[in-house]
Amino acid sequence: MVGTVVNDMSILIGGDAGQGVESSGGGLCQAFARGGLQVFAMQDYRSRIRGGHNFYQIRLSERTAYSHSSPVHLVLGLTAETVRLHVDNIAEGGAVIYPEQVKVDEEALKERGVQCFAMPLVAIAEEHGSRIMTNTAALAAAAGVCGWPLSYLEGVIRDNFGVKGPQVVESNLAVAKAAYDQAQERHAAAFPYKLKPLETPSRMLINGNQAISLGALAGGCRFVSAYPMTPATSIIEWLSALPRYLGVVTKHAEDEIAAVCMAIGASYAGARAMTATSGGGFSLMAEALGLAGMTEVPLVVVEAQRGGPSTGLPTRTEQGDLLFVINASQGEFPRVVLAPGTVEECFEAGWRAFNLAERYQCPVIILADQFLASSLRSLDMGAIDFSTVSIDRGQFLSAEDLERLEDGYRRFAFTDSGISPRAALGHPKAVYAATSDEHDEYGHITEEITNRRRMMDKRMRKLAAAEEEMRPPKRYGPEQADLTLVCWGSSYGPCREAVDLLNSNGDSANLIHFGDLWPFPEDEAARMLRACRQTVAVEQNYTSQLARLIRMSTGLSVDRTINKYDGRPFSPEDIVAELR
Amino acid sequence: MITTIDPKTYDTTVEVTWCAGCGDYAILKALKLALAELEIAPHQVLLVSGIGCGSKLPDYMNANGYMTIHGRPLAVATGAKLANPELHVIVADGDGDSYGIGGNHFVHTCRRNPNITQIVENNQIYGLTKGQYSPTSDAGFITTTSPDGAIEAAFNPAAIALAAGATFIARSFSGDPKHMAGVIAEGVRHRGYALIDVLQPCVTFNRVNTYAWYRERVYHLEEEEGYDPSDRTAAWHKAQEWGERIPLGVIYRVEGVPTYEDQVKALEDGSPVSRLGELVRAPALEQYESLKERFV
Repeated sequence: MVGTVVNDMSILIGGDAGQGVESSGGGLCQAFARGGLQVFAMQDYRSRIRGGHNFYQIRLSERTAYSHSSPVHLVLGLTAETVRLHVDNIAEGGAVIYPEQVKVDEEALKERGVQCFAMPLVAIAEEHGSRIMTNTAALAAAAGVCGWPLSYLEGVIRDNFGVKGPQVVESNLAVAKAAYDQAQERHAAAFPYKLKPLETPSRMLINGNQAISLGALAGGCRFVSAYPMTPATSIIEWLSALPRYLGVVTKHAEDEIAAVCMAIGASYAGARAMTATSGGGFSLMAEALGLAGMTEVPLVVVEAQRGGPSTGLPTRTEQGDLLFVINASQGEFPRVVLAPGTVEECFEAGWRAFNLAERYQCPVIILADQFLASSLRSLDMGAIDFSTVSIDRGQFLSAEDLERLEDGYRRFAFTDSGISPRAALGHPKAVYAATSDEHDEYGHITEEITNRRRMMDKRMRKLAAAEEEMRPPKRYGPEQADLTLVCWGSSYGPCREAVDLLNSNGDSANLIHFGDLWPFPEDEAARMLRACRQTVAVEQNYTSQLARLIRMSTGLSVDRTINKYDGRPFSPEDIVAELR
Repeated sequence: MITTIDPKTYDTTVEVTWCAGCGDYAILKALKLALAELEIAPHQVLLVSGIGCGSKLPDYMNANGYMTIHGRPLAVATGAKLANPELHVIVADGDGDSYGIGGNHFVHTCRRNPNITQIVENNQIYGLTKGQYSPTSDAGFITTTSPDGAIEAAFNPAAIALAAGATFIARSFSGDPKHMAGVIAEGVRHRGYALIDVLQPCVTFNRVNTYAWYRERVYHLEEEEGYDPSDRTAAWHKAQEWGERIPLGVIYRVEGVPTYEDQVKALEDGSPVSRLGELVRAPALEQYESLKERFV
């Protein structure tokens, strides 16, 4: 018999695509976050609209959860397949709630110490509302067995179904009440995992794409062009849905080439402009990336990676594009690559990318992935702090500077820093043309040998200047440890939790996380890695791309690598198991 | 104050690298004439081009310009126009650029109807890569990549633009820069996307479609009695005309269709360029605060 565990559990909702798993999962997250619990929710879905197993895994705790975790304690199985697929990942004393029509091998579950709560969810829905409200019954039943007050779910029902009219709201409330009461009455006593509200102010529930979008908005981005591609699509969707008075122009372009070129054109005209895509779309954008590099046009590109190559695993996660993104497009030009590890860092990257792009007049790529883009995390309202946002447009000639120009405006003037001051397009004294061909200081096409050398030197000097500004990798855990995990981007969450697991078991571990990846913070990285006893690169790819980048930049090799390329994100337990 | 702009305003000292006799010279001249007639100053215009001989045009003009990559100037121009609708945005690129590699953008720009003028320097050949057949090369045209003659039927810019929803479709000829200047001016005045396909002989690589070849065939639609360019069906017939007779002038024009940017609600209170200027002067961070409530 498992003793009572309070406020530390995971709930998994699974069903066929089209059964409302995502919206139900989202609603349940809201109900818990409003009661003060910390939430981390991972989505797992397939590239189809109807049918096929989807699930939503919600981790609940009193401290910040940076990742999903195994095992789960309660499964809401809307189909038999959900129960079958997740039965091996249910904790002892855990339970499965499912509609009684669903055929489940109860004996097998009971043998594993898993409880079966077959409930008349469909009948309850039909009696108090309609069959379509079966998911509402399931969510309420989950709240019921965990002892979570129904009022939070009722609030979510009112807010989320309000647009469908009072009748729909009332029916859902009646269904929820009936299912809640029955679950509490029949099953709550046997279920050891409990949830209790905390007295904390409201928290936000936000995913990586939303955090990047919010950051970009605050950073002055007012032009976004994109072509829909999972898992980046929700960025242009979210920005398109903003109130019109904010003035964010969004354009769903005819393809990714048009999307990136529109953003470049908008930036050339003087706006802060962005595009968002995944690896396939980014492949199409590669040539235009070089255009921005050559003509020194600030550009922000979000690349939310998914499983490759080619169409690969379209709805799943991977970190397979790191070296591609750092090297994409012909020739050599400065670029910046940022790989935020948390939603807070996504918000910051969202506005910081524009400052870097304008300061160094080059493309800046925010490298995310499906896991980071679509996983929801609860966040204190203050964690998104707009007062920290600054808009730095870099070197600009003032109107007085322009008036003083005697020999015309040299858009690509040779300077010590490599940064040539920009002028707002449309000023009578700053008329110029830029070209993707090699060009002189005024922007005119030339293949002259000395100019080519000087102009390449000028452009590439910006990279050295940008490197000064790149942040060193971040350490988590004790300064000295027997084992150091090394990771980048979204692997931060699972790695951080793995470090906690290891240290709580008496091991000695810490983590080095790379957020700023290019220009690579060589010196600091080398210094930190040299101080490690044993390093393990943990990467969501096959070829250990960060480990290769580290070796290329510092000459240092990591001692071991852990790789995962099945499209499913690492859990902390996966990492610990690999280390054993 | 009324300032008159001389076509020489647009001159530069940059050495023009086109072949002697190239049809692009007439386009350069006609564009300067048209902009002067419209009294558009160099800083008020943005000339966007792709890659190819004709796409070097912005380098040879004193005006804001952006020579982009092959096939993409319409997309870049559309972004610039949406960011700052006050700019006069003019695209100049070749037939390979616009109708070949950039064909997707061409079709979608026609139906999108941004207030952008596009001059296609159509010489029915790839010049800068030294003589391969282009989308507008006539079937049977012999080049280095079509030694037995081009097999595909030629791309029909006017018909495709019409089918795709373009609101202004015209054709001109480098043998007559004055006529061309008039057509370009009309295209710029037109509110909406304007396609001006210019027959522009490549004197080095196209030995078939020469000045003489065109002169024998071209005629002016404005001299064609009863021709009404607002008549879509009549325009469709004129768009098919190629060979014995080639019509010049405005083939199709419909006014009063809202432009794309006219209909973008986020542009109603200012453009992304002007809004950014405001934000730099006065960060409006408090207006984002309420957005957080959406996540609770």
